[in-house]
This record gives sequence, C-alpha cells and structure tokens, in this order.
Amino acid sequence: MAISSGSMARSAVPVGSAPRKSFWSRLKLFLDKNGTFMLMALPGAALVFIFAYAPMPGIVIAFKDLKFNLGVWGSPWVGLNNFGYLIATPLTGRVLFNTLFMNTLFIVTGTAGAIGVALLMNEVHGKFRGRVYQSAMFFPNFISIVVVSYFVFAFLSTDQGLVNNVLKSFGVEPLQWYSSPEYWPVILVIVNIWKGVGVGSIIYLATIVSINPEFYEAAKIDGANKLDQIRYITLPLLIPVITILTLLAIGRIFYADFGLFFIVTRDTPALYPTTDVIDTFVFRGLRQLGDIGMTAAAGLTQSVIGFILVIIANLVVRKVDPEKSLF
Amino acid sequence: MAQQTVTIKQRSASSYRAGAFMGRFTVNAVLVVFSLICLVPVLLVLSASLSTETAISQFGYTLLPVQFSTAAYEYILAQPQRIMNAYVVTSIVTVTGTVCGLTVMSLLAYSISRQRFALRKPLSFYIFFTLLFNGGLIPFYLFVSQTLKLKDNPLILILPYLVSVWNVLLLRTSFQSLPEELLDAARIDGANEWRIFFQIAIPMSTPVLATVALFTMLSYWNDWWMSLLFINNKSLYSIQFLLYNIMQGLEAMNATPEIAARYGGNLPTLTVRMAMAFFAIGPVAFAYLFLQKYFIRGITIGSLK
Repeated sequence: MAISSGSMARSAVPVGSAPRKSFWSRLKLFLDKNGTFMLMALPGAALVFIFAYAPMPGIVIAFKDLKFNLGVWGSPWVGLNNFGYLIATPLTGRVLFNTLFMNTLFIVTGTAGAIGVALLMNEVHGKFRGRVYQSAMFFPNFISIVVVSYFVFAFLSTDQGLVNNVLKSFGVEPLQWYSSPEYWPVILVIVNIWKGVGVGSIIYLATIVSINPEFYEAAKIDGANKLDQIRYITLPLLIPVITILTLLAIGRIFYADFGLFFIVTRDTPALYPTTDVIDTFVFRGLRQLGDIGMTAAAGLTQSVIGFILVIIANLVVRKVDPEKSLF
Repeated sequence: MAQQTVTIKQRSASSYRAGAFMGRFTVNAVLVVFSLICLVPVLLVLSASLSTETAISQFGYTLLPVQFSTAAYEYILAQPQRIMNAYVVTSIVTVTGTVCGLTVMSLLAYSISRQRFALRKPLSFYIFFTLLFNGGLIPFYLFVSQTLKLKDNPLILILPYLVSVWNVLLLRTSFQSLPEELLDAARIDGANEWRIFFQIAIPMSTPVLATVALFTMLSYWNDWWMSLLFINNKSLYSIQFLLYNIMQGLEAMNATPEIAARYGGNLPTLTVRMAMAFFAIGPVAFAYLFLQKYFIRGITIGSLK
C-alpha cells in the first residue's frame, strides 16, 4: 500500500526520477528498514504457512468424492452430497451430543474445581507448603495422555484394577469398566479434573491475590467470617474472570480433547455410545478409508462452526474486558 | 458486670481462634488429600512394576508391592533394543525440536514485537489467525502424506511443532517489554538488529525463554499424535507411541526364544507394561523437579497474557 501510493505521488512530479525507478528505490528503502526483520520472521512464517495455511485448500475434499488414484484435485465434485450423508448418518447426532455434553461437563466441573483449589490455596500461609501443594497438583499436567491411559487402566482393568479390588473386598460384584459406556462420562470428568484443575487454579489464584485486602478487613470488622467473605467479596470479584474463561471455552466447545477420548478409552468400540466425539469420529473416518468425504465434511463443519463461535465469544469478551480478548 | 463482659470476650476470642484453627486444618487436609490424589497413580504404576507377575494376577494392582521383585525391569533390560531405540528417537526429536523451535520462535516473536517493523501488524494477524481457524485433520493429513510425502520421515515428528503460536505470543509479550531506549542506544553505537537480538533481547529474556524451552521440550517428549498419524516404521517409534502400541496390544512383548524359555512361556506382561510406563515418566518427573518454577511462571504469564 505505502509503496504504490508513494510511487503515484512521485509520478505526478514532471521532472526527476521516473516512477519505475522511484518504485525500486522505495522498495530498497523499505528493505533497508525491514529486511532484517523479514529475514528473522521468515523461517517461522514459512513453517506456519506449510503446516497451517497450505493444507487449507484441501477442505474442498468435503465437496468431492475422493479417489486416491485421482488425487485431491482430480477427484470428481459431488456438491453437498457429503454433507447429506453426514446428516443422514445416525452417528452424527450421537457424536454431536457427546462433544457438546462432555465439553459442557468439563467447563462446569473444571471451573468449579479450579476456583475451589484457588480458594483453598489462598488460605495457605506457609510459602513452602504452598509450593509443595502446587508441585503435586501441577504434576499431572506434565504427564502425556498415553501414560494417563496406563494410570486409568491400573485403576479400571477388570481383573487386576484397583477399583475392582476394592469393590471385591466390600463384597460388591466387580464391573467390566471397559465395556460399560454409562460410567465413562464420570470417569472422563474425573480424569479431566485430575489433570487440569491444579493448573487451571493459577489464574483464579492470581486474581484472588490481587483483591484489595481492605475489603476483607472491613468485612471482618462487620463480623463476616471466612465463608461470608468468600461469598460476598471473593466470588463476586471473580465473576469477570470466570465469564471470560467460560466464554473462551464455549468458543472451543466443538473441539474435543482427542487424547482423552481416544487414548484413555483405549479406542474401545463398546464405549463409543458415550465417548465418540467429533474428533475421534473424523480420525476413524481417516483410518477406515471409504467415507473420507463424509468425515471431511464433518471436519469442515467443525472448523467453520468453531471459527464462528470463537469470533462471537471474543466479541463478547471484548465487551466485558478488552484486554482479555484474543483480538 | 464488667467481669462478665471480659469473660464473654475471652471466650469468643478463644472460640474464634479454635474456629480459625479448624478452618486452617480443613484447608490443609483437603489440599493434602488432593495433592496425594495427583501423585497416587504414579505410586500405583511404580508398585505394579515392582511386583511379581503372580502377585499382580492374584491380587491385582496395589498401592504397595505385595511381593517385591525387579523382574519386570530385568526383563526389559534383558532385551533393551526396543526401549533404547524409542528413547533415542524421542531424545533426538526432543533436543533438535527444542533448539530449532526456540530459535525460530524467538526470531519470529522478536520481529513482530518491534514497532519499527512495518509488517508487524499483518504478520501478527497471519500468525494468530491460525488459532482461530484451521483446515482440520483430513486436509492436514492429505497434505503431509501426499504433497509433502513425509510419511515415515522423522522430520514430521519435529517440523509441525517448531512454531507454537501460544509460545510465540509469550515471547512477543516479553520482547515488547524490553526498554526501547536501551535498544536505541545500541543502535546508535552501530549494533544491527541481529546483534541487538542476540546480545540484548535474548539475555534479557531468559526466564521466558526457559519457560518456552520447557513447554517445547514437553510437547516433543509427550507427543504421540504425529506418530499415530504418520509413522508405521517401528524403528521410528517414539517412547509415547511405543507405550500406546503396547497398551493397545498392537505391540507384542516379542521375546527372543531364549528369554521366553527362561520365563517358561509366562511372560510378565502385566508388570512389564507398567515398568515401561515408568520409563516414560522417569525423565519427565526428574526434569519437573528442577524446572517446575519456570512451568508455574509460564502458565501465570500465559494465562494473564
């Protein structure tokens, strides 16, 4: 922009350098000023291009009948057929429900848990003790989901699992956890809390710590106990942060945590009724070739709805607190 | 009358103190329990890996080994090729990825943190837009496997994670807070942007660089996703992907005949599985002890932006 308007302005001048030369000299000036920065940004920008932008045209697969021998571009167009198949599949409703339902559970329990831990941590006065608690509670975040699946297996394995051992010792019939889908929403919520609540509490704790201590002193003089203080001072002052984080989470509600639903469940088909989500559904479509067009349609729908939701969520966040929005 | 009020006051003060004590006790008790819950699974896995196979099949997984035995570790170390190979793959990928990623990301973040860079705004938008929209899994898979032809190529384990947009955001925020007067002084002294970057910006940002290095290291060490998508060649299995395959029963405990004979056909699969998991946790847990302060700081900066 700046370059072209500059050369236009120059061309109005009758004598002196020709517009062509002026463009090149302007470009040279621009490169002198910005060339180093451009060179610095180049490797990173190129990687972003290759792995984020270059695959994007491939979304046309959602509108094609993909034949591997013809390639993406040679395959015939089929219009909206893939979306038609997607709507016609009974799996779609289930997958959509599971994604939204589980993510809603995660948002609610994760937020409540993180606030609870933050409130508790705020009452810990020993610096060392606080460090120890935090070290323990952040640890699960360091562990890969594959290792988490080993943990879950050690608890829930039918023959050797710790949970069934405990059940047996109370005389309760052991359960076949890996073939009982009805328990998995609860199991996954527990795993999600276990993994995320410690880290999730940090932002709430940072907010609580920054609350003006005079509020609490005034409340104490008025005879408010700890619970009153939490209820009437801390929680109301946390509401903006809770709102923002919840909105951002809602913006991502169509994206499921693939590792949690695929690896922790050990991709057990018996558990699909409650654990099959958009991301696992798309992944399976990729593996079991044949309905790749339909799953590409599912993936594209997810991307587009996700995009719209993120934009809306950010616009609302910007209304609440301009500093916290992504853009 | 006066005496009465005094006693009342005293009582209420002492009961208040008792209440505060109970409150502190409850707070600490809950946190101790939750902290233990966060660590218990590690104990369960460790205990399982240190039990005898018969104890596990008889009593199941327990929090403390019923019959102590190092057989599972001996079994793994008797034929260490597979785990060693996975360690080598993961280590090379992690070290290369962290070094290159840190370089590429800080250069990128530095350029878009400078006011004097004319393309700062469009370039920032170009990078951060990828957080909002992406083509999804299937276009990505087809592009990597058919256009780039990186299937079963170790590069695919490294390249996609070199630039993490969140980490670029962290670094940019840190570089933005560098005092501009200092950089201008260096420019007047004739330093070019490269020199300013390496001799001022980088040394002044070590805490954030350490944090980003830790996040990047973890993302490589813990990755199984790229392997799941693109790796079939067993010699390229990373430690996490090897573990995944063992858990799924896709990777047999393939014992050489002589080792199988030593165990009389009863391979210690239950304990070996857990011992393998411990091999994957070990280095991370060790690193965690030393690097956790960066981790906490990084999350704090990241969440407060």
